[in-house]
Amino acid sequence: MEKFTPIESRPAPLVEVGIIGWMRRNLFSSIPNTLVTLFTAYMLWIVLVPFINWAFISSDWFGTSREDCSSGGACWVFVTVRWNLFMYGFYPEDSYWRPNLAFILLIVTIAWLSIPNLPFKKWVGIAAITVYPVVAYTLLYGGFGLEVIPTHRWGGLMLTLVLALIGIVAAIPIGILLALGRRSEMPVIKMVCVIFIEFWRGVPLITILFMASVMLPLFFAGGTDADKLMRALIGIIMFQSAYMAEVVRGGLQALSKGQFEGADALGLSYWQKMNLVVLPQALKIMIPGIVNTLISLFKDTSLIVIIGLLDVLGMVRQALSDPAWLGYPAEGYLFAAFMFWIFCFSMSRYSIYLEDRLNTGHRN
Amino acid sequence: MKKIATIVGAAMAVTAAAGVNASTLDSVKNRGALQCGVSDGLPGFSATDSAGRWQGLDADFCRAVAAAVLGDAEKVNFVSLTATERFTALQSGEIDVLSRNSTWTLTRDASLGLNFAGVNYYDGQGFLVSKDLGVDSALELDGASVCIQSGTTTELNLADYFRMNGMSYEPVLYDTSDQTTAGFEAGRCDILTSDQSQLSALRLQLSNPDAAVVLPEIISKEPLGPVVRQGDDVWFNIVKWTLFAKINAEEMGITTVNAEEMLSSDDPSVQRFLGVSGNMGELLNLENNWAYNIVKQVGNYGEVFERTVGKGSPLNIERGVNALWTDGGIQYAPPVR
Repeated sequence: MEKFTPIESRPAPLVEVGIIGWMRRNLFSSIPNTLVTLFTAYMLWIVLVPFINWAFISSDWFGTSREDCSSGGACWVFVTVRWNLFMYGFYPEDSYWRPNLAFILLIVTIAWLSIPNLPFKKWVGIAAITVYPVVAYTLLYGGFGLEVIPTHRWGGLMLTLVLALIGIVAAIPIGILLALGRRSEMPVIKMVCVIFIEFWRGVPLITILFMASVMLPLFFAGGTDADKLMRALIGIIMFQSAYMAEVVRGGLQALSKGQFEGADALGLSYWQKMNLVVLPQALKIMIPGIVNTLISLFKDTSLIVIIGLLDVLGMVRQALSDPAWLGYPAEGYLFAAFMFWIFCFSMSRYSIYLEDRLNTGHRN
Repeated sequence: MKKIATIVGAAMAVTAAAGVNASTLDSVKNRGALQCGVSDGLPGFSATDSAGRWQGLDADFCRAVAAAVLGDAEKVNFVSLTATERFTALQSGEIDVLSRNSTWTLTRDASLGLNFAGVNYYDGQGFLVSKDLGVDSALELDGASVCIQSGTTTELNLADYFRMNGMSYEPVLYDTSDQTTAGFEAGRCDILTSDQSQLSALRLQLSNPDAAVVLPEIISKEPLGPVVRQGDDVWFNIVKWTLFAKINAEEMGITTVNAEEMLSSDDPSVQRFLGVSGNMGELLNLENNWAYNIVKQVGNYGEVFERTVGKGSPLNIERGVNALWTDGGIQYAPPVR
């Protein structure tokens, strides 16, 4: 009797595994699929190849004047010679360390708060909302021995970040209060909140910025120089808190009534109920909505161009009208788009990370 | 709508007059810097170079005022303004002088509580044509297709001009100036019309600028000049005479380079102008060497023109009507005496 020897296990056929197998399964599984794949590949080819060639292969990166752009592709020199202007606007060059330091401090604080298991989180958190704004304001604007740099010299990416950050930080708490107020049973508070929200939400941001920059100064006594940036900022905060309030209200409504009643039954006061039971659950549900609003706020900051404040997009447009550099709009706008994309994409990744970390299994 | 605009305008004028009553000259001197409103980017008039320095005809006018008042052309805070907010910024006292390619019209002069201090640049609507067309004059444009930005006064001026000269044309309308240029570039029309100062910049944005040419004809009046608040005549005089000083300096042949040796000139009018004799500066409430400072630090009108928009710049605009009256243009300034 022959001894049974099992056949050595062999690897799956080459056409079923690895990249080829994956392509067969996903890209060429049927005739329509194959056609779509080929068509898409062709479209990518005719779009991407010239673009990559223009943007990277035959492009110029180094130099000081437009004569250095000779290879026919993208002229990134246009961006590199104005890098500092795009980043800091007209901020004096010997003070660049100030916004840099403020930005690094911010990154460190955010990182500290988001990396798990670091000590003193509570204190860092408290410092982030109390000490940091004062420090950042002093660094950027001046005071305490630092030279004062008026806001009309601020610009570029720095201004975009200042507007977005202050807008975000101020809009969230105001928005929560407004949302709670709107659900309040006290008629006066409720009415005030409803009117506030509906008023600011019913007006386009452009109109608010125009009012802040064109109409408002006429109502001040002559010589009162209410800062233009400050005026715009207040407008943005009001506008964003109204939106934020509605996002928060959505989160509050998503919570089952049982949670409210349970907290009441335990004898918790209104603020205990909100702080311990309702908001922790509601805020978690609201993360996608809140981040959505924040991203749109970040992009909306570029509207301040219409009131003559020059954010990163404004600086790019401004650069396009330099007679020595006429004719490079594509490079400029691509650069601005890329800057916006970096920040918006980071925000969206951070929100997904937060959702995962706070996930307690209720998500379906 | 018009009525509302009038009421708002009147209200602005009243508020402005009531609001800003401190002397502008004093506040500029106390601040140690001139707040000057410029455009947020117009090639050759006010735009920042790659070092972040404001350059252009309008920006240099700000420097000239600072040189006259403070003795230092660099003591200027440039405030970039959009077209909508420029007059409010002036009325509310945010800026001391507006130097932002603003057309001097009766409505603006009379209803906004503002004064135009003169004409820094005589602009007007012109034509950009492709060289292939072989046209030397706008009068040969019968039957041409014209790229225009819709809803602008440009459109009306064009219709008037062609009707007046008994010519026909076919309009090709676009919404923005970028689209208009793109349309011209793509050959959708034979000619492109816009303000002449802007045509030169638009021409440079074409992929082959040498294939197009700006025709000499101007079919509308767009006098651009600096603006100040009404009701402060001391300041109004200073800004007005800063402009006249630049023009007079060119007429007398005083330049940045020779200003210093001109101080020892025997010509009494040059002496008066540069403050060697007489008390011209005092009469304006300025130092006696006010005009010397302007010419020495910024340059005379011709120098500034050539440097910012003329032969010395990429825009390469002809002096044309902006030449001195002695050279066939219409730039003319009253005498300093």
